[in-house]
Amino acid sequence: MDKPFAITLDIGSSRANKTGAWRTERPVYTNRMPPCNDACPAGENIQAWLYEGEEGGAGYERAWRQIMVDNPFPAIMGRVCYHPCETACNRGNLDESVGINSVERFLGDEAIRQGWTVTVDVPPTGKRVLVIGAGPSGLSAAYHLARRGHDVTVKEAGPMAGGMMRFGIPKYRLPREVLDAEVRRILDLGVRLELDAKVSDLMALKDEYDAVFLAVGAQLGKRAYIPAGSAAKMLDAVSMLRDLETGEKPLLGRRVAVYGGGNTAMDAARTAKRLGASEAVVVYRRNKDKMPAHESEFMEATEEGILFKWLTTIKHVDEGRLVIEKMELDESGFPQPTGELEELEADSLVLALGQDTDLSLLDGVPGLVVEDGVVMVGRDMMTGCPGIFAGGDMVPFERSVTVAVGHGKRAAKNIDAYLSGAAPEPVVRPALASYDTLNTWYYSDAPRTRRPVLERARRESTFDEVVLGLDESNALYEARRCMSCGNCFSCDNCYGVCPDNAVIKLGRPGEKYLIDLDYCKGCGLCVSECPAGAIQMVPEEI
Amino acid sequence: MAHQEIKLYQTGTFVAGNRLLDPEQRSVQARMGRSNSLTSGHRACQGCGEALGARYVLDAAMRATDGKMVAVNSTGCLEVFSTPYPESSWQLPWLHSLFGNGPAVAAGVAAALKAKGRDDIRVVGQAGDGGTVDIGFGTLSGMFERNDDVLFVCYDNEGYMNTGVQRSGATPPAARTANTKPVGDEPGNVFGQGKFVPAIAMAHEIPYVATATVAELRDLEYKVEKAMTFRGARYIHVFVPCPLGWGAASSDTIRLSRLAKETGVFPVFEAEHGEVTEVSTIRRRVPVEEYLTLQKRYAHLFGPAGRPDIVARLQATADRNIARYGLLAPDEEPAGPGVAQDVAGEGAV
Repeated sequence: MDKPFAITLDIGSSRANKTGAWRTERPVYTNRMPPCNDACPAGENIQAWLYEGEEGGAGYERAWRQIMVDNPFPAIMGRVCYHPCETACNRGNLDESVGINSVERFLGDEAIRQGWTVTVDVPPTGKRVLVIGAGPSGLSAAYHLARRGHDVTVKEAGPMAGGMMRFGIPKYRLPREVLDAEVRRILDLGVRLELDAKVSDLMALKDEYDAVFLAVGAQLGKRAYIPAGSAAKMLDAVSMLRDLETGEKPLLGRRVAVYGGGNTAMDAARTAKRLGASEAVVVYRRNKDKMPAHESEFMEATEEGILFKWLTTIKHVDEGRLVIEKMELDESGFPQPTGELEELEADSLVLALGQDTDLSLLDGVPGLVVEDGVVMVGRDMMTGCPGIFAGGDMVPFERSVTVAVGHGKRAAKNIDAYLSGAAPEPVVRPALASYDTLNTWYYSDAPRTRRPVLERARRESTFDEVVLGLDESNALYEARRCMSCGNCFSCDNCYGVCPDNAVIKLGRPGEKYLIDLDYCKGCGLCVSECPAGAIQMVPEEI
Repeated sequence: MAHQEIKLYQTGTFVAGNRLLDPEQRSVQARMGRSNSLTSGHRACQGCGEALGARYVLDAAMRATDGKMVAVNSTGCLEVFSTPYPESSWQLPWLHSLFGNGPAVAAGVAAALKAKGRDDIRVVGQAGDGGTVDIGFGTLSGMFERNDDVLFVCYDNEGYMNTGVQRSGATPPAARTANTKPVGDEPGNVFGQGKFVPAIAMAHEIPYVATATVAELRDLEYKVEKAMTFRGARYIHVFVPCPLGWGAASSDTIRLSRLAKETGVFPVFEAEHGEVTEVSTIRRRVPVEEYLTLQKRYAHLFGPAGRPDIVARLQATADRNIARYGLLAPDEEPAGPGVAQDVAGEGAV
């Protein structure tokens, strides 16, 4: 072929030059563990459901279904969870953590409004599982077991399902129609619920079932010995809240003292105020910093005018008054008496000193170990007796609704493995997506949205819900504050910033980009400009 | 920022794509069908800012002209690494003649197209800082004063890089190059020399002058598209870090561009007919040390025998840019649909 003057070669594209040979490291798409997921006691994949929710519209239902994979109570969680996810959220280092809890509540409420339901998508296994206790842990286990095709019976000692979600958490924090809606959804999966069916002897029932999950909770209010006059009015917080739920209004008088510093003490004091007490005082033997109640509960109590007497113990209870003693903290932070006595006017004293579990049903169960009044379990939630699992407040972990729900899920997974004889699915925990793995330049400045709260006058006199929900635009805004830590969210930055066109955009869901190793020189720009830290450099074998 | 920000939270328009935006609102670089004017297999170094900048600019220009355009290139890294005979990385009509005549050749191409009645075909001239501010400067000024219908783009990496990192008229003070004093009390380029060509281009009162960096893709694409709406001479000066010549990590190219803007070292603005019309304000202001310490060409300013006095002079230069171009944003409150919000500590978007 004739070529122009001085031209001897055919023209070619530089694509013949495979610059990938220069590379000593290659970028690899990765999924790191977002801190919110890492902190969630119920094991929710929060980053994944926020990702769905960020789209709005049809994304809300996908987001809700993603929550339901792990947790059957989105609307309840969005009200009562103490959201350790928000404490762990990386966005807290940038401006303020994402309001995960308020988005979850929006999705949960949306599901109730729209009537979204879940189904059992596997054939029945023919295995029968007994769940004892219809609290958060028992219901969570029942839900997950039912979705795995097992035949589940829940035996509940009380007259209604919900456990501490009904008999411990007051209505102003969790309206009962929300609780009922989410419990109803579990029963609609075919879970059999037997109410007023207290199990007093587990061994007598055990053989009728292939496995048992114990979730009886802890409802016995701890008593402290306090000398009291004959006309003194004392009651325990757990029975007070329970009685109120079953329609019995306790007579507390005008001035109410609550003894204890936990969440139950806050609930008792706030409830007393709503029942007409003009003054509710929390008496706690240590100071505020040592108080086990969650900050949000303390704040809400303070807003409602609850008073606090720190570093104080109660020595004697009489009609209309308490004798109290000032305490001081020693070097180890333990309160020591000072001998200084005072009087405090109080018409009644509510004890909120913690709860014990009624373990009488476990008499004669072989191999079962009880320590400090709680049942010991392994990582698989199984007790020392094969086939009997336990979770929730009756095992030694932090006591909260979310922890209990997480126990139910973990127990269900392991019961499923136990029944099928297979090893449980291994738990994969990738490396944490810490703040320094992100490139936060790319996130828009976006201050957090606050949930509206009920005005104070109505909080003090009614049981109306205190913290209100976000509307759709707010919830969407809040979901979009998520930084998607450690997981690709299709921002196209890697595709954009590669100087060598060595990132191929596939544009398919779940399969977004591919590194073209023929041309990737290993510069690492895609890694450093990935907002979410979802790419990492891996050395080549040379 | 000159281009229209989209107030959508998460990443808004900071990233290339963003699945939450309509495809039309995403950048050219986020499109699967982008023209890839400078395709794979070129021999630019790892993390080359110039290769990235050239693709950003030309892909945006290709989109703005619907593919009807010609590129004219002066000698420099960009020409050398893209066209070792007989291979070419260019996926558009592309012409190279000499080091010093790029703007003149581009003006000639535009004149020829006009003579043939094809002024629907647009011309983009491009060069590095050597071919623009030094060797091609006479032809560039001529192209400007005749108001020839060419968009000329300078990819400024602050030196002659493919010949071994020599000083150019765009090399900043104190930066070490192969031919600035390597030893002595004050190694590196001297203060008081060099030129800022965007300001000289503005002095020609041509229709459009803009500066940009490879860190702000949306802004750069906006400026290229806007430039293509004008007829006559237009000039865009793009800041493109050079990992090799600056002694920086290849993965820091975009970070360095971002820091050049956020420190005030490189002012980002646009001007029409000699007047500044928009500036990109600093979003998170940082001291110049954050920019300087990532580059070995400034290493002599730090460490035990450091030169805080020189660093202070560089800071003063940046502060002068900030004052001269008004690079600090008036405090805007970020607006969101929230019920009640805390105001974030950071500056407005």
